[in-house]
Amino acid sequence: MILNRNRLKVLEGICLPLGAVLTSLILFGLFCAIAGANPFAVYGSIYKAAFGSWSAFQNTLLRASPLMLSALCTALPARLGLVIIGNEGALVMGGLGATVIGLALGTAPPTIVQIGMALAGMVAGGLWITIVGALKHYRSVNETISSLLMNYIAIAILNHLVNGPMKDPSSLNKPSTFPIAEINMLGTLPGTRVHYGLLYGLIACGVAYFLIQRTTFGFAARTAGGNIRAALIAGLPVGKLTLAICFLAGSCAGLAGMVEVAAVHGRANESLNSNYGYGGILVAFIARHNPLAATLVSILLGGILTSGGILQRVHNLPDATVLVFQGLVFLVVLYSESLYGKFSIFQEQEEENTNKLATV
Amino acid sequence: MNRKPFHISRRQIIRGILGTAAFGVTAKLGTACSSTPENTTGSAPSTSETTSSNTPLIIGFIYVGAKDDFGYNQAHAEGAAGIAKIPGVKIVEQANVPETNEVQEAMRSMIEQDGATVIFPTSFGYFDPHVLKMAEEFPDVQFLHAGGLYQEGVHPKNVGSYFGYIDEAQYVAGIVAAHTSKTGKLGFIAAKPIPQVLRNINSFAIGARTIKSDITTQVIFTGDWAEPVKEAESANSMADQGIDVLTCHVDSPKVIVETAEKRGIFCSGYHASQASLAPKGFLTGAEWDWTTIYTKYVQMLQEGKTLKDGTIPHLVRGGFKEGFLKLTPYGAAVSEAAKTDAEAAKAKFMEGTMVIYKGGLKDNKGQVIIPEGKDLVQTAIELEQMNWLVEGVIGSVGS
Amino acid sequence: MTTEAIGWWGVPLGIIAGTLRGSAPFLFVSLGECLTEKSGKINLGLEGTLLTGAMSAYAISYLTGSPWLGVLVAGMAGMFLGAIHGWLCQQPKVNDIAVGIAMIIFGTGMAFFLGKPFIQPAAPHLPAIELGNWSDIPQIQSALKICPLFFMGVAIAPLMHWFFRSTRWGLLIRAVGDSPDASLAMGFSIFKIRMISIIIGSFLAGIGGAYLSLFYPGSWTEGISSGQGLMAVALVIFARWNPIQCLYASLLFGGAQAIGPALQAAGIDSYYYLWNASPYILTLIIMIITCSPQKTLSGVPGALGKES
Repeated sequence: MILNRNRLKVLEGICLPLGAVLTSLILFGLFCAIAGANPFAVYGSIYKAAFGSWSAFQNTLLRASPLMLSALCTALPARLGLVIIGNEGALVMGGLGATVIGLALGTAPPTIVQIGMALAGMVAGGLWITIVGALKHYRSVNETISSLLMNYIAIAILNHLVNGPMKDPSSLNKPSTFPIAEINMLGTLPGTRVHYGLLYGLIACGVAYFLIQRTTFGFAARTAGGNIRAALIAGLPVGKLTLAICFLAGSCAGLAGMVEVAAVHGRANESLNSNYGYGGILVAFIARHNPLAATLVSILLGGILTSGGILQRVHNLPDATVLVFQGLVFLVVLYSESLYGKFSIFQEQEEENTNKLATV
Repeated sequence: MNRKPFHISRRQIIRGILGTAAFGVTAKLGTACSSTPENTTGSAPSTSETTSSNTPLIIGFIYVGAKDDFGYNQAHAEGAAGIAKIPGVKIVEQANVPETNEVQEAMRSMIEQDGATVIFPTSFGYFDPHVLKMAEEFPDVQFLHAGGLYQEGVHPKNVGSYFGYIDEAQYVAGIVAAHTSKTGKLGFIAAKPIPQVLRNINSFAIGARTIKSDITTQVIFTGDWAEPVKEAESANSMADQGIDVLTCHVDSPKVIVETAEKRGIFCSGYHASQASLAPKGFLTGAEWDWTTIYTKYVQMLQEGKTLKDGTIPHLVRGGFKEGFLKLTPYGAAVSEAAKTDAEAAKAKFMEGTMVIYKGGLKDNKGQVIIPEGKDLVQTAIELEQMNWLVEGVIGSVGS
Repeated sequence: MTTEAIGWWGVPLGIIAGTLRGSAPFLFVSLGECLTEKSGKINLGLEGTLLTGAMSAYAISYLTGSPWLGVLVAGMAGMFLGAIHGWLCQQPKVNDIAVGIAMIIFGTGMAFFLGKPFIQPAAPHLPAIELGNWSDIPQIQSALKICPLFFMGVAIAPLMHWFFRSTRWGLLIRAVGDSPDASLAMGFSIFKIRMISIIIGSFLAGIGGAYLSLFYPGSWTEGISSGQGLMAVALVIFARWNPIQCLYASLLFGGAQAIGPALQAAGIDSYYYLWNASPYILTLIIMIITCSPQKTLSGVPGALGKES
């Protein structure tokens, strides 16, 4: 077999994560066996729930859509060397912003309202994370902590507004804002029940990849992320870059919030805070902050989350089992990162000829 | 850092591939049921129309939290366990399902993959839009929601709602609390100021006031259904303020009851029985008895009645009389006088003559909320939209 | 025990009581994380460790009747999770923040999974030392009921500070954290030193969890931690990696948690969501005021955040 270097690298890039997923499945099977369930039946159920049918796969895609957008909120600033975990806060603010505009523009044509909501969501989320970036640049406040604190503050603001000033009196036992008119809501992709959020996620990831890898802006960001002194000497406007990237990052998460409001709930309430933010952080790190890889990792995480239901219903495993599954998969996948370059099969073949006889 | 490359020869690779293939084949064949072709359209399996005695009635339960939270979800799970024993009934349960489109997918999976024909989504927030959407998509499946306000003509015909007037039990608990309190101050730790919670607070306060007309009930809202640290802090702050009977409406009253016991004050439970947690200070509690209502539903379903043709009522509510709730047995600290008054009130509920919300009732800002002469019975729709606190309650509804 | 109302005094008393009651978990987790980060690695997974510690302490206390044994086992459970984290994040090209988040999920899952049978029963609690008996006022008596673990934590803080400044081991850990290349050149095993630091850090975090389930709030349910592990990691950076300042930050945080309920009990009941968020708002404001580009983060271990 003549496998040149590039093909070997690509093969490695596919086989290692796949191998990691398989290994984690074996470990999880062991765990299930100890817990009293038949591991092979569990594998069958996981497959059935996540990918087994078109309906099940749509479920996976539905879970993956908010994750793709949310992951960008961590992946983009990571290129600049910033570790931001404020996805949840930006998502919530984006949802609030979208609701406000959606209600304000109530009587305009639906397309205008939807565009307005999307823009409002993006601006609200973007500004929220820009605050984090500004604090970092002007006051050297650690961005990880400030974004974490901003999460809690955003959730508090959401709860305060939804239970108070913005509350719809007829929303009774589930305090929510007034609903957005039915025609203004985001529809589903034709022929499926997956909403347009999936499309937004895929496009956003593509645009982000292009932005970071192929534009001078992205190049400037990566340089500043690699060595901030060199960037300053080269005259790059590090401050502006920080604020711009933070705004873009926040706007992606804010768009995810808008999708939650416009496609799922139709209004803002406490369900906006559903841990899509933290899932996005995980996806970003597993995908090594590569937006294209983030789409695939989102689908993987979506599949894992989908299987949670069937584990409970069919195998009588407690609801915490899906958390153990998630943790195992990601721990093993992270470990596999360190195995790149260790398997000689993926290395070039030259030196092997002398040793071949010995290893048989 | 030295790196040892793993040497894998070609022979090992071939063995590995064979092993993986064998594994994959076993996974496919080793499962009891091979993957059946899924129904991608919205029609449920046709067994729902004629419930013959051979095919079991598959009922799905969805809980918003963990099944063993010592509170709300556990009460429902105990009800579900109660009907699981009925011959011909099979239940599937899924817990920890948030109120997002995840619950839609959970319901869909139960219908498509498990063949459920009746779904019980047990959290209020599931109703709009999730249950309504699924009901339209699966017209042959019946959705019985806990707490939703079904509106004839507005909501799909295959949806029904049920709930218990647990505030009746809180009223009786209020009577017991008023007898036992020495400082004349009661405390209520609540999650959020929504109508179901406000009704409990008000009924508790009104019940207490029938015994001591100047007794006060302090309310603290923690903001969310499960906040153990805030609940413990609230219990401690209330004890600091001289309150000596605590009760609550949170998902898991365990922390509050245990903290009250530690501070040496009395407490009244909720959702399920927390009597074992506070041997000295436990008075009584308001408990759900979901088994009664679930058994009634199963009887109707097994007779072939459905929501669609109206043979199963859409709006089912009940209190003590219908057996939807019960009072936790009295603790050691409850005096005989308290028991007498409490039993008298309970008897009136059983007769159906008790009115909690009488005409002329004022709220805690001094305004008359219920006009004079117009008593509100438990089924009055105004009570399900409550957004005020009755006179004698210290606290406010706004955030 | 009948108590007279104390009105507005309830607010500062509640805050002080909350500080004494609620800061111990933050204290232990932040001290543990301080040790870990001094050696150059971040352990975000302490949230999962906290929960696993809480669960195992409650379980062992229930099964054996001894809460102190539960505390010990909680520490050991923490060590087990710390070993996984320590080994994994020191593999080449593995990012420790990613491992930390995965460990949060894994630790939380294991804690909930194994903890299901222990939600119903009531386990014996840790004893409290009653420091308030000089007063007749029941509120003060109960505010000053402090658990010995709190005192242990308060003692560990200056001990750790002295350890880092004046002992050989402390110097080794700091060397590994500030300049791994230099310590390599000196012949020390970076892997072992970091491993030990992470494991001991997780041990402390496990004990922090034990405090939650065995003293305050004193119960095992799945919602027992409201992000305290994560916040404690933030506290370490807030405290500039100085154990004494970790102590002050934990006290601040524990006290701020009690502001919301104390105000409501005294009669202020509007904006309670925002009052409940006061710990976070307060921390953010303090960080904005105290950080500046000139000072930057002095005290940052040099190797923190960089892949090995």
